[in-house]
Amino acid sequence: MQKVYTKIESIVGNVVTVRAPGVRNGDLALVGDSYANVIKLDKDMVSLQVFAGAQGVSTTDPVRFLGRPMMVSFSEHLLGRIFDGAGVPRDNGPALTENMIPIGGPSFNPAKRILPKKMIRTGIPMIDVFNTLVESQKLPIFSISGEPYNQLLSRIAMQAEVDVIILGGMGLKYDDYMEFRDTLEKGGAMSHTVMFIHTAADPIVECTLVPDMSLAVAEQFALEGKRVLVLLTDMTNFADAQKEMAITMEQVPSNRGYPGDLYSSLAARYEKAVDIEGAGSITILGVTTMPGDDVTHPVPDNTGYITEGQYYLKGGRIEPFGSLSRLKQNVNGKTRDDHRAVMDGMIRLYAQYKESLEKKSMGFLMTEWDDKLLKYGELFETKLMDLSVNIPLEDALDLGWQILAECFEPNETGMKTSLIKERWPNKDALN
Amino acid sequence: MKTETGYVAGVNGNLIKVDFDGSVRKNEVGYILVDDKRLKGEVIRINNGEVSMQIYEMTDGIKVGDQVEFTGELMSVDLGPGLLTQVFDGLQNPLPVLAEQCGFFLDRGVYLNAIPDKDWDFTPVAKVGDRVKAGDTIGTVPEGLFTHHIMVPFILKGDWEVKDVKKAGKYNVHATIATIANDKGEEKDLTMIFTQPIKQAVKCYAERLRPTEPLVTKIRCIDSFLPVAKGGTFCTPGPFGAGKTVLQHMQAKNSDVDIVIVAACGERAGEVVEVLKEFPELTDPKTGRSLMERTIIICNTSSMPVAAREASCYTAVTLAEYYRQMGLDVLLLADSTSRWAQAMREMSGRLEEIPGEEAFPAYLESTIAAFYERAGKVRLNDGSLASITIGGTVSPAGGNFEEPVTQATLKVVGAFHGLARERSDARKYPAIHPVDSWSKYNGVVDMDLIERARGILIRSTEVNQMMKVVGEEGTSAEDYIIYQKGELLDSVYLQQNSFDPIDEACLPARQRREFGVLYDAMMKAYDLEDKTEIRAFFNQLRQEFLDWHGTVFESPEFFEQEKKITDFYMSKVID
Repeated sequence: MQKVYTKIESIVGNVVTVRAPGVRNGDLALVGDSYANVIKLDKDMVSLQVFAGAQGVSTTDPVRFLGRPMMVSFSEHLLGRIFDGAGVPRDNGPALTENMIPIGGPSFNPAKRILPKKMIRTGIPMIDVFNTLVESQKLPIFSISGEPYNQLLSRIAMQAEVDVIILGGMGLKYDDYMEFRDTLEKGGAMSHTVMFIHTAADPIVECTLVPDMSLAVAEQFALEGKRVLVLLTDMTNFADAQKEMAITMEQVPSNRGYPGDLYSSLAARYEKAVDIEGAGSITILGVTTMPGDDVTHPVPDNTGYITEGQYYLKGGRIEPFGSLSRLKQNVNGKTRDDHRAVMDGMIRLYAQYKESLEKKSMGFLMTEWDDKLLKYGELFETKLMDLSVNIPLEDALDLGWQILAECFEPNETGMKTSLIKERWPNKDALN
Repeated sequence: MKTETGYVAGVNGNLIKVDFDGSVRKNEVGYILVDDKRLKGEVIRINNGEVSMQIYEMTDGIKVGDQVEFTGELMSVDLGPGLLTQVFDGLQNPLPVLAEQCGFFLDRGVYLNAIPDKDWDFTPVAKVGDRVKAGDTIGTVPEGLFTHHIMVPFILKGDWEVKDVKKAGKYNVHATIATIANDKGEEKDLTMIFTQPIKQAVKCYAERLRPTEPLVTKIRCIDSFLPVAKGGTFCTPGPFGAGKTVLQHMQAKNSDVDIVIVAACGERAGEVVEVLKEFPELTDPKTGRSLMERTIIICNTSSMPVAAREASCYTAVTLAEYYRQMGLDVLLLADSTSRWAQAMREMSGRLEEIPGEEAFPAYLESTIAAFYERAGKVRLNDGSLASITIGGTVSPAGGNFEEPVTQATLKVVGAFHGLARERSDARKYPAIHPVDSWSKYNGVVDMDLIERARGILIRSTEVNQMMKVVGEEGTSAEDYIIYQKGELLDSVYLQQNSFDPIDEACLPARQRREFGVLYDAMMKAYDLEDKTEIRAFFNQLRQEFLDWHGTVFESPEFFEQEKKITDFYMSKVID
């Protein structure tokens, strides 16, 4: 039996308060015809957060409590479908109501985790060679607005060898959403993709639900043994939505207006990334836009403390400095014997190139060595760093050797002699 | 024990308001009955006849009118044999056992016994008629490498007389092994287990001493330049990616102490898994046994409930105090204390307390100070010495040390190991900034020599700054040599190769020997004229030192390389 309450006591921001006894914390309700969840109880005063926003809600609108928390349907039928942040279809398909599972479930037992050791191949040399993505890793792309981070995400989604892709879009521009959809459809990846999309025009509360919906579904797929890749773009919008809600609820802000639990709420989402013993895995690739390219802004800063590294997208390229995959050493020892050496050697030389470049711009005299470095840097940037380059890891490593051979003598590269003997493209140069 | 009951009157996040009759103690534990689950919480405020409780679990599904059971007992942990090698969450739930019961996820409302139900070989120490007080040993059991003392519970007050104690033999951990009575005629049966409130420091010792003996970590930069003492405190602040956790894991592995307690507080679960999988495989060079045998892990990672995160640091330090009472040296590593402070901030916000700087509560400083003050070197009642050393990492927002948690911590610790982004970016390990960091303890090398060497390092950084403006060509040969000397010290002494099996752990004797040679080389004047010659000389010297690190200590190659180094630099010295 559902009781209907028709006297809303207050409407502040997106939160309405109604007098109703016996309501459970976290339960779902209908305010008018919009979903809402219980966020606070005080005696019989129940505060509800209205997903579609409280705009236009009248004090006499009926409030019905559904007696269950927020849930999402889970089945194979999700694949190929697009939903909004509240789980309502966006693609004119039928609503799914079978096998409902709660969202934002408990945390994974650390004792049941296993050490991640499988590489995810993306075909992007700056990732595969220099900062390898590892299954079950949580990794954000740090970027300023205007960078092609969504294109990068959809490319990784298309090329990564995973079973299921879940795209959580938060505050997406409508065009970006369409682009994601079109790219995935064209590439034939849509059949194993689920999308939870909140666009910039949608109500702010739905934005905060997107990661939980995406990850709840991902968790179920992973428990069934699937390798799941979750793409979350853009987590800064998620944090901003949380900030907006916290401020309207008169919570004490901690840093630049963000609520004090920003770290915990980001961590609760990112920590869902897991490699499950005897089952599948969840890998999370997020986007964190940095307002003003400031890495000390609370959102990228807190994210950096949570995630296992970051890709730093700048000038349309993944920067080798600032980017880091903390788990790469778990996998790059087992790919090819020269992987680590090429990775370290090429970056070391690229760092020297940067110094030479600086020297050049300051008008200092260029030595022969500087000229070699300048040539190397240019080749490195066009042949390997460019985001349009799409080659498997092995080809990328070979290309690395080629670039080195084009610019340097073998003994200038700082590589081990045994590796040079094996891999140097022009064997004549070795004697 | 009384049990009062109350009823839920309000829910706000993990803060619950409860109506009650009768008496309720501040900081006592209560359970909320939701469906068939009992959710643990702690009373943190009593205001106008209404109790505020922080709940250690997710609060979804709680409704107004749900019953609350107060236990009358403060938030406590169980102490007894069998704690070592275990992995607990912040409330002392053993996680592997929990996984067996509940599967992949941490189900709420499940609380398991921390101490395994098994038999131990008990040897009595106290005799019938002995006068004992809190912390005195009744008997011992062998726990792995250690003689585990079964003690009089720390919370008992006054003098007690032993009325009965069991003969040597195998007893279950829950069996009564002794009976004690006090002058008032109260009798207590003691088992091998007792409980101890986590927020009260254990003070069952004769006196607290000054920490003087160095705690050897086998990291040159720390032992020689920024030493930590047994019974001292230190903190390791640093931006993300600077290697705080890696450094702490190295300390956990190599420190010369009896017991290591790792408190992973609000950090990544993956890092705990690394410790879990790695430590059982590693051997402790001191004992030849698995490292795990001297380790306890308290693991409350970032996605676990925030209130339990606050408890986890206290749980860890209480376990440390328990083993200290047995005359052992304990090292407690907390990673990260910022997350612990943030847990306090979240709760303070919900309580609508007046916020301090960056919304941290006003009691932040005193709470941090009280936590670090539970470290210390003590003389126990039986005359033996024991210590707790506490090292905490701090994760300052934006890597900026001018924030409340770092500043509050710096006030109370004895050593500051600040990690610098530019050093970690340059792949320098450990990334501890040698000039900005400080220590108030004595190290393994004569501190006067260290001060002089540090003087050269400071001059060297100044020269380096200047050189960035005027270029190498604008720097005098004299200054350039100073710059190179500083760089030499940095690259061959302050940095250490953690992947090299020999260089990874550098013993104090070796540190003294190597520093002696390096110091001598740094204090000499050299007959070198142009920059290329200077650079070549120091590059060569650096290479020789690095090769020296790779030799086994006091092996023939070690002495050979040492002679090679001295001969090399002496050849260029001005008499």
